[in-house]
Amino acid sequence: MPNRRKSICHCHAHPLQNQKDNLRAARGQATRANRARGTMKTFFSSRAGIIAVGVAIGVLAPLLQYWGNPGNMGICVACFERDITGALGLHRAEVVQYIRPEIIGFVLGSLLAALVFRDFRPRAGSAPVARFVLGAFAMIGALVFLGCPWRAILRLAGGDLSAVFGILGLVAGIFIGTIFFRKGYTLGRAQKTYPSVGLILPLCMAGLLAMMLASPQVQGELKSGVLFYSVKGPGAMHAPLLISLLVGLFVGFIAQRSRFCTMGAFRDVILFKQSHLLLGVVALLVAASVVNALLGQVKVGFEGQPVAHTQQVWNFAGMLLAGWSFALAGGCPGRQLFLAGEGDGDAAVFVFGMIAGAAFAHNFGLASSPAGVGPHGILAVFIGLAVCLYFGLTMRAKS
Amino acid sequence: MSKTVDARGLSCPQPVLEALNAIAAMSSGTLVVLVDTEASKENVCRAVEAKGWTLDSVSEDRGEYRIAISKG
Repeated sequence: MPNRRKSICHCHAHPLQNQKDNLRAARGQATRANRARGTMKTFFSSRAGIIAVGVAIGVLAPLLQYWGNPGNMGICVACFERDITGALGLHRAEVVQYIRPEIIGFVLGSLLAALVFRDFRPRAGSAPVARFVLGAFAMIGALVFLGCPWRAILRLAGGDLSAVFGILGLVAGIFIGTIFFRKGYTLGRAQKTYPSVGLILPLCMAGLLAMMLASPQVQGELKSGVLFYSVKGPGAMHAPLLISLLVGLFVGFIAQRSRFCTMGAFRDVILFKQSHLLLGVVALLVAASVVNALLGQVKVGFEGQPVAHTQQVWNFAGMLLAGWSFALAGGCPGRQLFLAGEGDGDAAVFVFGMIAGAAFAHNFGLASSPAGVGPHGILAVFIGLAVCLYFGLTMRAKS
Repeated sequence: MSKTVDARGLSCPQPVLEALNAIAAMSSGTLVVLVDTEASKENVCRAVEAKGWTLDSVSEDRGEYRIAISKG
């Protein structure tokens, strides 16, 4: 079976990529580069490809922690976007302020892959404001748990057993989301748009990098130029800038190609009984567990885990909200960055929504801390669940 | 004449959902699915093959894909 699929995909992976290719092929000038592109395309859409990407992320994330990132937070898309929000001063939680180069790398790496493989497709216009609000509540839910789905898996790989409640909440939220899809929920069609629209988030990311280079961190200082930095807490813990950026670029590149998505992994099993994407997530968990063990970064238990709390009901409920929001928006936070990199303006709006959500989360006391949920976190979770219900019930195609 | 599912502009998971709904309603015959991202093309191909349908052809024209499948 896998062989058959492979051969079929191989057939249509290359022909007719665009008119230029056609002309070249017609002239018998198929270049070595084109053949290599075809082979790589086939690989990344295969089962081996998604597993390889999961393993790569699972190896690199614990290494980033080893190189300086916070505990069980080698990569966390939600936490890192929250840190960027803080570095820009959009919230003023002093312990979480840093422009995370990994996020910049994710978007630019995805853009690079999309350009190299002629997969940059500028598109926008599928209920952007709904996606903005979903992004904001996804972030709030993730910050009640303290992590995006990637970090939930990395926390588990580091022995943090509270992550199990978060993952259960995530799956429950995605399950609820699939019920609405079965009932006809849709945010509507996107339209083709200008390349310049597809480039907006990548350009913003390039701008963040430029700001970081123009306002570099000064040891022991909370502010440098226009940017805020942390002198203690998770925001003060980071791998060297260049390493973070290069890992981000690499992960962005391979994740764009393989469509790696932690929400889609569970959704596809629930909705279609398809385990393709789940293989990538399992590979990430296994690889990260092994690398954590090798680096001595495993501590099994509930108590005293890095940047985590043990209020399991709210670990579950936070990720329930996040999972439902990701499902309604069609991707986990990482996937939204990779989609934005390949030109999806609606995914870019979701990312901006997450940044706004992070600002609200810290300004209004919605985010949790190792001490437990924030003063208004529980209320925010209920409001978020009500918003998801409202979207799910009212945004339906007429059959 | 074969039935056509137009999933252009729709994001994950709707192209796959619409294709699977269509083949569930048909049980056999031929079907054309239109999508406009490579990820949707890959996902639809994978999903219909898993349901025992055969990929007859996949063609691209200006960034849009036409996936022709059949069964029986």
